[in-house]
Amino acid sequence: MTRTGSRGVSLVAGIVAILASVVVFVVPFAFIFLTASKDASEASRLEFSWPQDWAFAENLAEVLATRDGVVVRAFVNSTVLTVVSVVIMVILAAMVGYLLQRRSSRLNPLVSFLVLAGLIVPPAVVPTIWVLQGLGLFKTMPGLILIEATFGLSFCILLFRAFVATIPRELDEAAIIDGAGPLRLFFSVVLPLLRPVIITVVVVQAVAVFNDFTNPLYFLPGDENATVQLTLYNFQSQMVSQFNLLFMDILLITIPPLVMYIFFNRQIVAGMTSGAVKG
Amino acid sequence: MTATVTPQVRPNRRRRRAAGSTSATQRTIYPSWFYLPAAVLYLVFFAVPTFASFYFSLTRWTLFDTEFIGLENYVQFFSEPQLSRGFVNTLVYGFVTSGAKVVLGLALAVLLTSQLVGRGYLRSVVFFPVLVSTIGVGITFKALLDPFDGVVNTMLAAFGIDGPGWFTDPAQALLTIAAVDVWKGLGIATLIYIAGIVAIPQEYYEAARVDGASRWQQFRSITLPLVQPATATVIILSLIGGLRSFDLIWATTGGGPGFTSDVIGSVIYKQYQAGFYGLSTAGNVILFLVVTAVMVPISILLNRKEVDR
Repeated sequence: MTRTGSRGVSLVAGIVAILASVVVFVVPFAFIFLTASKDASEASRLEFSWPQDWAFAENLAEVLATRDGVVVRAFVNSTVLTVVSVVIMVILAAMVGYLLQRRSSRLNPLVSFLVLAGLIVPPAVVPTIWVLQGLGLFKTMPGLILIEATFGLSFCILLFRAFVATIPRELDEAAIIDGAGPLRLFFSVVLPLLRPVIITVVVVQAVAVFNDFTNPLYFLPGDENATVQLTLYNFQSQMVSQFNLLFMDILLITIPPLVMYIFFNRQIVAGMTSGAVKG
Repeated sequence: MTATVTPQVRPNRRRRRAAGSTSATQRTIYPSWFYLPAAVLYLVFFAVPTFASFYFSLTRWTLFDTEFIGLENYVQFFSEPQLSRGFVNTLVYGFVTSGAKVVLGLALAVLLTSQLVGRGYLRSVVFFPVLVSTIGVGITFKALLDPFDGVVNTMLAAFGIDGPGWFTDPAQALLTIAAVDVWKGLGIATLIYIAGIVAIPQEYYEAARVDGASRWQQFRSITLPLVQPATATVIILSLIGGLRSFDLIWATTGGGPGFTSDVIGSVIYKQYQAGFYGLSTAGNVILFLVVTAVMVPISILLNRKEVDR
């Protein structure tokens, strides 16, 4: 094949691929945006069309005002849930991953097994509710935070263990000789060096917790304390004839992950593929 | 990322042995209690419920009161069609989505690692659905695939094709959901394959080209065998996700029409809602057994192949 010939083929293939991707991937997102911009009667026709009257601002205001700002409260709840559970996850998983990589002990095979089990075994729903009730944490935000943190631990530990291996042990020894205790060593020497993998873990897990539907459904049910995903799910039955508002809500809760993706594209990709290779 | 990490692990270890640090100093530098906080969470919120589930699945359970009934919940699960259907559907759903993600993910990755116009755009657009909430995706596709007004069926009608009732036809619903699942999860599979393909040394392809191998032969004898670790990862990840799936199904059909698109995950939720906690927990144990029974042999098989190579 000549050079110009293969370039011609790849140009055609590229154009075909771009057209196909527009139909398969861009149209659904454009549909969300366009429907969110229509008025109620036009949106209910479910057409893929340019809105006759742009009602974007009105829809936005109406969604935010629905039921005394349930969406705004849900955003606050989801933010608290995401931030706190990811912080807990990162610190605890970093400690485990660090110890698992640094110290060779008889515990290691057991810990590795438990980490893998945590990745594969589906959580037992009603017994978890039973435990939460026993602790007085069922239907509370702290309960859901601890649940999300626990379920995310395994994935984070695998990432941290792989990354700790790249930090030279000599640093640990130097810090100990300089008189640092194990806590000082970990928090002021090792943890700052884990920065790249911490960013990856934070971004991947923040998107996962923010988008999680199943755990809030089971462990923080109800309408008042809901997270954004639960609110969206409840809207589905409450706004049957108001597709414009329903899709405006979808649009709103897609913005935080989208912003994450724009800023941390590389870290998300690294986290998803490397964590995956280990799993 | 892992590929760059692994080679550095070994020299490190060797150096440590040469230095001969004792386990006593190790214990002071790296104290075991670092495991403790994570272990407490894991034990209380994961291990205890998992072990308790084995007992509770053998009871009639109302959260206040349990009555031991032996294997009755399991018998009921497999004798009532609306429950056992979930068992079959879980396997179908898991294998269909996993297989589709392997084939399409590999095809897309090959395409996106070639000299292609608009490669960067294509990579982002394929990956973006991964970040959108499952519920949002479910609602969007319910609208797009509406049997009467939906965009897809309106388009098909323009070509004179009578579009199926995607989510409303009992024979079709589960496969439609599986297709949406593939649409949403394809980005991860593609990314993993891209990472695998990029790691293959270019010299192999150059040598093959010198020997006159065609594009297809290059793919068949170089790419395919050498991306095997990526394939293993995609299969394992998508099976774990597929067998445990619940939210996309719940957001689109709720297991319907009837119970034709129920999976174990949705049966667990339905029985929980109905107050049959013992039966719901039995569903959980069955899901646990299904996932283990599928994942253990598959990961052994895939890892063995990797070593053989």
